Amino acid sequence: MVNGAPVAADVEDRMLLVHFLRETAGLTATNVGCDTTSCGACTVLLDGESVKSCTILAAQADGRQVTTVEGLAGPGGELHPMQRAFRAEHGLQCGFCTPGMVMASVSLLRENPHPTEAEVRSGLEGNLCRCTGYHNIVRAVLAAAEEPAS
Amino acid sequence: MSILGTRVVRTEDPRLLTGGGVYTDDLRLPELDGAARVTFVHSPIAHARITGIDTEAALASPGVVAVLTAADMDDIPDGDGRPTTEPLLATDRVRYVGEAVAIVVTEQGYQGEDAAELVSVDYEPLPAVVDFDDALAGGTLLFEGTDSNVVRTGGEPAPPGAFDGCEVVVQRTFPNQRLAPLPLEGRAAAARWADGRLTLWASTQNAQLARDALAAAVGLDAAAVRVVAPDVGGGFGAKIAVDRDTIIVAWAAKHLGRPVRWVETRNENLLGMVHGRAQRHTITIGGSRDGRILAYQLDIVQDSGAYPRGATFLPGLTQLMASGVYDLAYCGAAFRSVLTNTMPIGAYRGAGRPEATAAIERAVDLFAAEIGMDPAEVRRRNVVAPEAFPYTTASGAVYDTGDYAAALDAVLDGAGYKELRAEQARRRDEGGPVQLGIGLATYVEITAGDGAGETSRVVVDATGAATVYTGSSPHGQGHETAFAMLVTDQLGIPMDRITVIHGDTDQVPTGIGTFGSRSLQLGGTAVHQAALQVKDQARDVAAGMIEASADDLELDTASGTWQVRGDPDTALTWAAVAAQAGPAGLAAAVEFRADSPTFPFGAHVAVAEVDTQTGKATLIRHVTVDDAGKVLNPVLAEGQRHGGIAQGAAQALLEEMCYDPEGNPLTSTLADYAAITATELPSFELLAMETPTTLNALGVKGIGEAGTIGATPAVHNAVIDAVAHLGVRHIDMPATPQRVWAAINEAKGSQMGPAHMRTAQ
Ligand code: FES
Ligand code: FES
Repeated sequence: MVNGAPVAADVEDRMLLVHFLRETAGLTATNVGCDTTSCGACTVLLDGESVKSCTILAAQADGRQVTTVEGLAGPGGELHPMQRAFRAEHGLQCGFCTPGMVMASVSLLRENPHPTEAEVRSGLEGNLCRCTGYHNIVRAVLAAAEEPAS
Repeated sequence: MSILGTRVVRTEDPRLLTGGGVYTDDLRLPELDGAARVTFVHSPIAHARITGIDTEAALASPGVVAVLTAADMDDIPDGDGRPTTEPLLATDRVRYVGEAVAIVVTEQGYQGEDAAELVSVDYEPLPAVVDFDDALAGGTLLFEGTDSNVVRTGGEPAPPGAFDGCEVVVQRTFPNQRLAPLPLEGRAAAARWADGRLTLWASTQNAQLARDALAAAVGLDAAAVRVVAPDVGGGFGAKIAVDRDTIIVAWAAKHLGRPVRWVETRNENLLGMVHGRAQRHTITIGGSRDGRILAYQLDIVQDSGAYPRGATFLPGLTQLMASGVYDLAYCGAAFRSVLTNTMPIGAYRGAGRPEATAAIERAVDLFAAEIGMDPAEVRRRNVVAPEAFPYTTASGAVYDTGDYAAALDAVLDGAGYKELRAEQARRRDEGGPVQLGIGLATYVEITAGDGAGETSRVVVDATGAATVYTGSSPHGQGHETAFAMLVTDQLGIPMDRITVIHGDTDQVPTGIGTFGSRSLQLGGTAVHQAALQVKDQARDVAAGMIEASADDLELDTASGTWQVRGDPDTALTWAAVAAQAGPAGLAAAVEFRADSPTFPFGAHVAVAEVDTQTGKATLIRHVTVDDAGKVLNPVLAEGQRHGGIAQGAAQALLEEMCYDPEGNPLTSTLADYAAITATELPSFELLAMETPTTLNALGVKGIGEAGTIGATPAVHNAVIDAVAHLGVRHIDMPATPQRVWAAINEAKGSQMGPAHMRTAQ
């Protein structure tokens, strides 16, 4: 299941989940930024927990729930509180790290709904951004934590 | 009230936050249906002769469409015949690890990686030159038919007597290390040849320059080439125009008559995208004991990498900006660019200017330490006075506007400099392991220094919507928001009825693009001027419609309607006026060219803690004034500053692209290259200051690179300042724990030296 809808395909054993999402499921928001599990651009939720989709095989996600940034907004298209916060705080520039960064941030708040700034920073250590200097990303996560709905 | 200067959140973001951007590798266009995948075969050796390439096994590998080498490229024009010309694909020699030797074209991506490994290239290794001094000595030459590895020189060494009259002269040599630009999206391209036309989609900062470069390289008319820049995931200078790799991909589409696409891996990106910085500086600074700097000389060796791509303009910019914010009786700079068996150097985040600032800001601190004066005071005594603008430097730069002392005072005040020094003194007295360092930098930089202008066309159609066509080409900066703000400000058309189009040579045939912090001042001013022209046209049309004199008309920008002054009954909408104007609506095209570049400036204070037992430096505060003239949208301007500061801290503390003596890259993945993360940075404290320029109607300068230029030396100086009381005067960048620890111990040793000798006597 990807974003609540079933996606079924026979794939090569070695196909990575990120390539399955991008090439097979046609969901291109999830990006590839490295080849060493270092950048987090590929972060998605697997059964609600953040994973780097470049580091698991598509086959490992068989029968499980994958959520990408495309599946985050509400049914009427209303932005998730984390998406809203990223926009309000200017937590993105080129946007390439953003899908992974948003998913990692969603997962961070699920585990720790009221983090300190230091906890946000260490929680996002595995997600690189080359544009924002992280300042506004951190502010966005802290702002989203203040929102009752998140 | 004008929208300019207000905090407008970006119109780009909802799209980027929900479906994600559409970067080159995300394109799912019908034109690219069935596109084959390109995989590069790179040289694994820094310097070698190629004696043979066997493609047979690769050709037999599953899914392989073609394996192409330089030998297949006989359908493109020859190079310029210079001995140091860089080939598209290596011919008989490779000169750095990662140089492209062949491409494998396959039905699918994974097949390409398999097949690329089967391309067998015979290399006859040659000695590699990596070290500056070896390269300068020229024992091994990179190019036959040359007698030196020095490819470019500029400037003059200090004349005899330049430092006469100085009570104190300090000289020091230190590197400004090689960095990887590392946009989070690496290079990517897709291409198609159809109906005699080559279309390239590429991750580039300037579609039009890319078109011209591609057309020239493959021997087509510019009209037969279309370049489209989809969303671009960061560029930082390293995506200016097109790289050879991208040209090869486009050529392959034409050569094979089949659409192809390519996206590089991070490993390929670290090895094959231009690197930045890579200079070695020798600074000589002299002055009086009362803190007056009288003379400064900067001698630069630019490691140009294996081919002279940025070998002239990068150290040239460093040379131009050598004197920084200071009013000096003598300032000179000279450079030599030398080839090494490493990745060629190109523009990266500041491109030559951070190097100039790093050198002089380190030099000023060394001078201050030598005379025992507070570095803030030394700076205050030597900066160009506010009444001296426009100020012409020894190198010929004309600083347009500025108030350097005010920036310095503002940042010292904002940081609580006195209190910080008191805290530092307290920690030093206590002698605990964690010491405090306060680093300063004052800087001036040059933006829109390329001398070209920028284009814009503003159209209002019969629905009352506006479209802006711009030659600027964003990759994260927020042009769509900024340029729409400029139009709404003049025309009163709401932001959500304004579309900004960029990065497609069919829609915007002429343009220069985004680099060198040029977009708002050139592209933005062009948009502003085009909007004004549209407004004038509309005024005449509306006057005709109302049968009033044009002089009596006013545009109510709040409602976006034209009317006779004070008479709302005559109100006409933009839609009505544009419909009346004829089928083309209202349209104006402008090319704006400024008379000269602008010079943003600022001052940074970095506060670092250094654990003297481990050598680990931590940036705990960073306070800045970055004055780039008028601010169009503080949200965007602050974002640009944040990103720049992070990169400055990254260079000062962490990042370095390293090669071993044989030219093997040691930091070729993100597991090894120390890209800075959120945990290694504090939140930043930004102070506002706006000194408008007179060189454009908006009063704006560039803000894209200022943060990096100021932050690098401020953070660097902070680390050294934290251990200055232990006798440390300098630590090379990046100030890694190892280096800091070694410097502390070396200083301890040398302080103990004379004491031991005294005991022995
Ligand atoms: S692409 Fe998965 S961590 Fe970088
Ligand atoms: S917004 Fe560009 S990498 Fe994060």
